[in-house]
Amino acid sequence: MALKMVKGNLERMFDKNLTDLVRGIRNNKDNEAKYIAQCIEEIKQELRQDNVSVKSNAVAKLTYLQMCGYDISWAGFNIIEVMSSNRFTCKRIGYLAASQCFHPDSELLMLTTNMIRKDLSSTNQYDAGVALSGLSCFISTDLSRDLANDIMTLMSSTKPYLRMKAVLMMYKVFLRYPEALRPAFPKLKEKLEDPDPSVQSAAVNVICELARKNPKNYLSLAPIFFKLMTTSTNNWMLIKIIKLFGALTPLEPRLGKKLIEPTSAMSLLYECINTVIAVLISISSGMPNHSASIQLCVQKLRILIEDSDQNLKYLGLLAMSKILKTHPKSVQTHKDLILACLDDKDESIRLRALDLLYGMVSKKNLMEIVRRLLGHMERAEGSSYRDELLYKVIEICSQGSYQYVTNFEWYLTVLVELILLESGSRHGRLIAGQLLDVAIRVQAVRTFAVNEMATLLETYPVTAAPNGTMQEVLYAAAWIVGEFAPHLDGPERTLAVLLQPKPVAGHIQAVYVQNALKLFAHLVGEAVRQRDGAAIERHCQTLAEGLRSYLSSADIEVQERASSVYFLVVLLRESLGGGADQQHAAAPVADGGLLELTPDVPGEPGDGGGEEARAAPDEPVAAGPGGHYPGAAWDEIEQIATDLQGLFGSELNPVAPKAQRKVQLPEELDLDEWINQPPPSADASSADGGSSDEDKFPLFLTDGGRGGGGGERETNGGGDGSRSYKRIEYTQEELDKMRQARLLEQTNNPNYLKPAKTKKASGADYHQQQQQQHDCYDDIPIAEIALEVPLQIHSTKRSDKYLMDAERATRVFVGKSGGRKEKGEKGGKKSKRRGKKSKRYSDESDSESDDPKPLHVVNTVIELPEGAILSDTEDKNNADPNDPHRALDIDLDAPFEDDYPQDMKRKAANQRSVMLLRDGDGQTAKTNRNPADEHHPGGGTTTTTTTDSKHRSRRRGTAAATERSGSKHADRKHTDRSDERQQQAEDGGGAGREKQKKKKKSAGKERPDEADAIMLMIDEETSAKGRTAKEKEKRSKPPKDGGAEDEAVEGGDVKEKKKKHSKKSSKHHHHHHHHHSSSSKKSGYEEMPAQSLGGVSKDAV
Amino acid sequence: MIKAILVFNNHGKPRLSKFYQYFNEDMQQQIIKETFQLVSKRDDNVCNFLEGGSLIGGSDYKLIYRHYATLYFVFCVDSSESELGILDLIQVFVETLDKCFENVCELDLIFHADAVHHILSELVMGGMVLQTNMSDILARIEEQNKLQKQEAGISAAPARAVSAVKSMNLPQQIKDIKLPDLPQAIKDLKF
Repeated sequence: MALKMVKGNLERMFDKNLTDLVRGIRNNKDNEAKYIAQCIEEIKQELRQDNVSVKSNAVAKLTYLQMCGYDISWAGFNIIEVMSSNRFTCKRIGYLAASQCFHPDSELLMLTTNMIRKDLSSTNQYDAGVALSGLSCFISTDLSRDLANDIMTLMSSTKPYLRMKAVLMMYKVFLRYPEALRPAFPKLKEKLEDPDPSVQSAAVNVICELARKNPKNYLSLAPIFFKLMTTSTNNWMLIKIIKLFGALTPLEPRLGKKLIEPTSAMSLLYECINTVIAVLISISSGMPNHSASIQLCVQKLRILIEDSDQNLKYLGLLAMSKILKTHPKSVQTHKDLILACLDDKDESIRLRALDLLYGMVSKKNLMEIVRRLLGHMERAEGSSYRDELLYKVIEICSQGSYQYVTNFEWYLTVLVELILLESGSRHGRLIAGQLLDVAIRVQAVRTFAVNEMATLLETYPVTAAPNGTMQEVLYAAAWIVGEFAPHLDGPERTLAVLLQPKPVAGHIQAVYVQNALKLFAHLVGEAVRQRDGAAIERHCQTLAEGLRSYLSSADIEVQERASSVYFLVVLLRESLGGGADQQHAAAPVADGGLLELTPDVPGEPGDGGGEEARAAPDEPVAAGPGGHYPGAAWDEIEQIATDLQGLFGSELNPVAPKAQRKVQLPEELDLDEWINQPPPSADASSADGGSSDEDKFPLFLTDGGRGGGGGERETNGGGDGSRSYKRIEYTQEELDKMRQARLLEQTNNPNYLKPAKTKKASGADYHQQQQQQHDCYDDIPIAEIALEVPLQIHSTKRSDKYLMDAERATRVFVGKSGGRKEKGEKGGKKSKRRGKKSKRYSDESDSESDDPKPLHVVNTVIELPEGAILSDTEDKNNADPNDPHRALDIDLDAPFEDDYPQDMKRKAANQRSVMLLRDGDGQTAKTNRNPADEHHPGGGTTTTTTTDSKHRSRRRGTAAATERSGSKHADRKHTDRSDERQQQAEDGGGAGREKQKKKKKSAGKERPDEADAIMLMIDEETSAKGRTAKEKEKRSKPPKDGGAEDEAVEGGDVKEKKKKHSKKSSKHHHHHHHHHSSSSKKSGYEEMPAQSLGGVSKDAV
Repeated sequence: MIKAILVFNNHGKPRLSKFYQYFNEDMQQQIIKETFQLVSKRDDNVCNFLEGGSLIGGSDYKLIYRHYATLYFVFCVDSSESELGILDLIQVFVETLDKCFENVCELDLIFHADAVHHILSELVMGGMVLQTNMSDILARIEEQNKLQKQEAGISAAPARAVSAVKSMNLPQQIKDIKLPDLPQAIKDLKF
């Protein structure tokens, strides 16, 4: 045996250890892969040996290779072997390797459960410590479930090192196995007051992470945290506590007011400011006089931003953006500072500043800001940053459906400038979308937009930047000029531009072709109106010739569209000018190598062609070759022109986002059903016997064939396959009848999109409102400022002109009487007021009268299925499914469920008494994930009665246990207090019940009395501690607010007084508990009758 | 939570990688590469925070890094960590390394990647900050190293000798030992 060991050790002398491996890799830089492959072979050899030391050496080497990117999961079993070694050295190596390469889905983890359990209970604290560290990286759901109790035991170990690790470990367990949270929570709470500061810190850390989800569970811990905050010197923990307060403040605004700035450490100061901001934001809805404190915050942040330390600058901007969301006004005063940050050399800071700009714009300063951004873009380096700038410009302008854009001609000009400035941008599609959006929704600027686009089409250098997507704007431009052709100044010229062959992408060419047809339709219509035969001829000629290059396009879509259009033109000319022209026109087709198309002429042109063809036969041959038609013919030609225009006649409305999703599934729709009868199966066909394929699938139905085939099928196939082959020929009358019936059905069917007019009839408020908006377009003064036609070349930017105009206008405007101002204002507001948006920017609206009035109005009518409303509900419901913390959204106040694991239940006995006694909260427990129930106003009371009775029965069982345990006084205090309150509510009679109902509606969101008690207690404690004068000064503001609030409360009636009373009493209890813990037990007993009374009175409900 | 801790040199060679969220090896290498590209193009006098890593965590994700001589220390964290707090933590980590290795340099990290891991595991556990007090950390590491030495003393004295010899650049030394002399010595003994 000894010999074997010696032999093993001798062999080891020549094994490589980790250092050798690293050195070897460094010495073999040229053929590293080969060397490593060789090493892995050696490692495999070593792993086959019995000696654990050899194995652990091999595993250590593997760990290094893993970092270099080599998969080592094949050695998983050996790693477990090394982990199970008795020696700490090997164990450490094993767990390290495991933590690097195991993951929660590893199947091998099954094998580790017992080994880890053994390690956790090892007498050597470092064995357990190493096991915990490793486990924290790869813990799976199964391991969490199996080891939760062992880790919980470690939480009360005598060794602080293990307690600390176990506490942190529990968070990982919660993530994988959320059911453990409930029973472990009381223990976790205990650890907050652990004698060892590291354990405290770990517990704070865990609760801080937990509070990301459902923070109201941890509201009751606020006093403990506050105590920790005032006593601890551990910066890390203080930061975490302050962060936690930040998470809690939305639920309990007063909490944050007590925040002071206890140290001079910058990190702490920053987090304090952050939290104060969170506080101010959350209370801003309630109180009007907080602006001073916001100002203070902003001032502090300004100091941070002006600091030379780049980190602080960054953080200052970050915090500023939080204020911005609710108080844009106060940030706007620091515009200079933020714009200066745009010049910073640090990209992180520039991007932050850009983010801020997004929220800082108003109607007044939008033009100015965008001008500066454009200036920046010219100077900025790095295409990705320029792209980001471009994106921000568009984002800033388009926010809140162009809330701040007052002049859309300006906006279009900006867009065109962006296009010309950034030919290599990735955001071409975005700009294209904006162009389309503005052109469609802002009717007032359509003329401007169309002509602007025509110019763009003409002048845009197509050859620019091959990798950018800026070409996409041509897509939009072409569509706009085609769709809104009547607005064009020089449609003929634009038609020519569209027909010029350009090296653009296929899908853009296709749009070119389509819109050339639209333009053509418009031009012909005009010509007909003016009785100008020559013009018609000319347009036909232009189009036919222009299409030639598209006919031979490589893109199949372009080719198809081009040939459709081409034959449409041919038909038109035929009907106008007779055969001679057609022959002439048909020639290019043959030249273009599209001979295969010619036989299909009648079928090819699609819908449009069909209509055209219908008109064609009756068309009298035109009189002269010069295009001079007799008067009678004009009617016919007019008919054609109208038909042609009719193809593109109706207005296109924007469709709401997600409209498609909102279309309800028609009841009669069954996707599993055959739409057509399935082709007969092999059996059926064999049964047919002699019938040939042609008989079975007649391609061309003749009368005889149909009759025969149908009959055969009916006899042979048992009527199954017959229907699909039968074709009934309807008479015109029948067809009309059916069409009418269909139309009627469509109007009654809520799932069809209907023209806007019918919406009014639907009677829904929403639609009426929309309708009103729609109606008021005519009242709005459009483009009062007469604009000279913009020149092509300017020394300054074209868009700047609008800025100057606007400035001039405001100067004039101020002098004028307010009457006109109001009128414009009304129009602007109407378009803007869309539900919540206006509320959010309410700060803005009080000074809105100063804002420049909008020149143009955005069309906010968007198509939606009937009855559907725009909402974000579905987005909220399906929150990120990958969020690892999602499972922790547990209501700790909720009662236990019966199917809870037995062992957990036992451990949780103490906890249960706490959780069950909360008033009203229990109801949200089960319905927690069902927001509909929570919001249902009547539902609250009914559910409470049921859950309350459940509560009570449980409570009786556990109350005794609580009495005996006597260690959870604070918790009981809560419950006592709440019961007391409930009782009072009952006593208050009808009014009291009303109040209670109200409280329940906002179930758990705010528990004013309780929170007041906490705050008062904190007040007391802090004053007892004695603060420095400076700190008091800082705090002097918040308490004043609190006082004012109290006064307001006192202004109320008897009910309010009662509330106050309960507040006082509860404060008393808290105080009692914390400072005389020995007597608190007694007080607990004293409270018991009240508690049971509360239970009885609940019965009354 | 901390999602990952990466240490790499100025050329992007990984010196330590610790992921607290599972990624396979290829993905890990990609993340290291991407992070290096993001971090390395920044000047030394810009701020230490960076957004825009696309591979981990999405929007709620930030890189906090420090650059020491030839090494970048990068912590990938989500929003529940305090930016300045993590910066302090990096400092603590580096100072601890400095204490343990006595004037730490890149070579120490290269040859003692396992030791660096052990040190790190006393600071951060499973993505959560465990301990920020440097003297506590050092005490724990010291105790564990002592434990390791004890074990080596009991059962693996030869191994220890081997590693000691090896640390003296054994391959070279073996060559240096004049083996032909040995038989001679034995012969001498016989006489």
